[in-house]
Amino acid sequence: MKITEKEVRYVADLANLRLTDEEIVRMAHDLDEILTHMDKLNELDTTGVEPMAQVLYPAGETAALRADMVKPGTPNAEAIASAPTAGQGYFKVPRVIER
Amino acid sequence: MTPIAQLTIADIRKGLKEKTFSAQELATEALRFAEAENPKTNAYLRLAPERATAQAKRVDEALAKGLDPGPLAGVPVAVKDVIVTRGLKTTCGSRLLAEYVPPYDATVVARLEHAGGLIIGKTNCDEFAMGSSNENSAFGPVRNPVALDRVPGGSSGGSAAVVAQGTAVVSLGSDTGGSIRQPASFCGVVGVTPTYGRVSRYGLVAFASSLDHVGPLARNVSDAATLLQVIAGRDAMDMTSAEAPVPDYQAALTGDVRGLRIGLPKQYFDGLAADTANHIYKAVDGLKRSGCEVKEVSLPNTEYAISAYYIICTAEASSNLARYDGVRYTTRSSETPTLIDMYRNTRGEGFGTECKRRIMLGTYVLSHGYYDAYYLKAQRVRALITQDFHRAFEEVDALITPVSPFPAFRLGEKLADPLEMYLSDIYTITGDLAGIPCMSVPCGTTAEGLPVGMQILTKHFDESGMFRIAYAHEHP
Repeated sequence: MKITEKEVRYVADLANLRLTDEEIVRMAHDLDEILTHMDKLNELDTTGVEPMAQVLYPAGETAALRADMVKPGTPNAEAIASAPTAGQGYFKVPRVIER
Repeated sequence: MTPIAQLTIADIRKGLKEKTFSAQELATEALRFAEAENPKTNAYLRLAPERATAQAKRVDEALAKGLDPGPLAGVPVAVKDVIVTRGLKTTCGSRLLAEYVPPYDATVVARLEHAGGLIIGKTNCDEFAMGSSNENSAFGPVRNPVALDRVPGGSSGGSAAVVAQGTAVVSLGSDTGGSIRQPASFCGVVGVTPTYGRVSRYGLVAFASSLDHVGPLARNVSDAATLLQVIAGRDAMDMTSAEAPVPDYQAALTGDVRGLRIGLPKQYFDGLAADTANHIYKAVDGLKRSGCEVKEVSLPNTEYAISAYYIICTAEASSNLARYDGVRYTTRSSETPTLIDMYRNTRGEGFGTECKRRIMLGTYVLSHGYYDAYYLKAQRVRALITQDFHRAFEEVDALITPVSPFPAFRLGEKLADPLEMYLSDIYTITGDLAGIPCMSVPCGTTAEGLPVGMQILTKHFDESGMFRIAYAHEHP
């Protein structure tokens, strides 16, 4: 058993994901099977191998830094247009701090 | 007018030049045909008649003035719904973005329209590009136009289906672990995953940022190369896009492959079903007759790729998908007594099963106490898999492999077992892990009449070498 239902609930909280009781049971089963398969990696000795976070290829001097120039951004009204609730130019969310 | 389904980009260029048809006629016919055919496959989530018609009018006006309307002038193009289009709904196949209207165009969209392409519509896909069958879309599965009881593959199932069906001439897909090549092979079309960094991802909704690619699907190699030519190259809006110059891909389409060295990695053929293997061996024999040298090579760490891939891609996905929190993008749960409830209920109600599974897996492998054992280990294995390719490319110029262990399967057939579905990505994920260019080209059909694809992989930024071989295979 790689992962218990209790751990699934803990991870769901970390991920801010509300799961139903049925989903928890199914998830525990699926994750257990997948994580067991992933144990295969332990067969491989990776001592001294640098972790690869990005694709690596020979390249010239990076030009990733661009000139620091002011350019127009997305207008406020367009940026909030797809929000479920917005007002006065802001995204609106349930009250966070009580008076 | 020749049916859209039979037109190539070269035919369209010629037809416009000789005034056989106008761009507006092309747009009208493509939209009519797409509307008529779509109920069979559900490949388009929505058509874009106003946008396509306005663009066609611009192309016709440019032509009337004697101006060059661009290399994609009048070409009906479909765009996967994970690529944002200004003012045109972009849902990523998710309930969470069901009403999302982006305020900007992806760079690839801007480039293809600048080149005269007509965006006909947005195509269905697995939710946030997570899946290998297109059955994970919140808006229903796509059916394979070749066999309607079968899946088109995924996640770019809609983009492959519209090209196979002929309702678009070319399309854009995205590929993180095979999402362009596998559906291309299932639908019998050409699908290209370019080198990581070759094409800008500005405006591609992120799934796994170190693995995500945008690439073309087409009915022939030349059309795929033309679309890649238009979208490739450095973009100031994407700092991971590469500075490397973009060569003229058409120049590689000569049919001359004399002296090219092709490697067949033995790990990719062990246990492969004969119906698939024989088609690939036959295609390789053809290339040998055209002057290629063929030898067996070894990519010893292949068997670890699935585990490494599904750790890395879910870890990155769990982070990228954190933004769907009910604040900014259209959908929010109605149950929001507190802020944290709003987040949790919105995400719990909004994401489909596969997205939840991957968010959970990714959160788990990144969580305290597991990071080193899973995530860091997977990144080390990724380095070994990449080294395997570098070593192989010291001996050969290109590799040829299968795309998928099996052809298109029936809808529902593999839904019950997520691990089995993950394992089917074995031949495509390695190219994404290494970031090398790879493509699927049709190479025959099974006894049941289902298309089989062959994968060609080359060194970083050697798309020309890949196209050279693909074209020679296509024109024996």
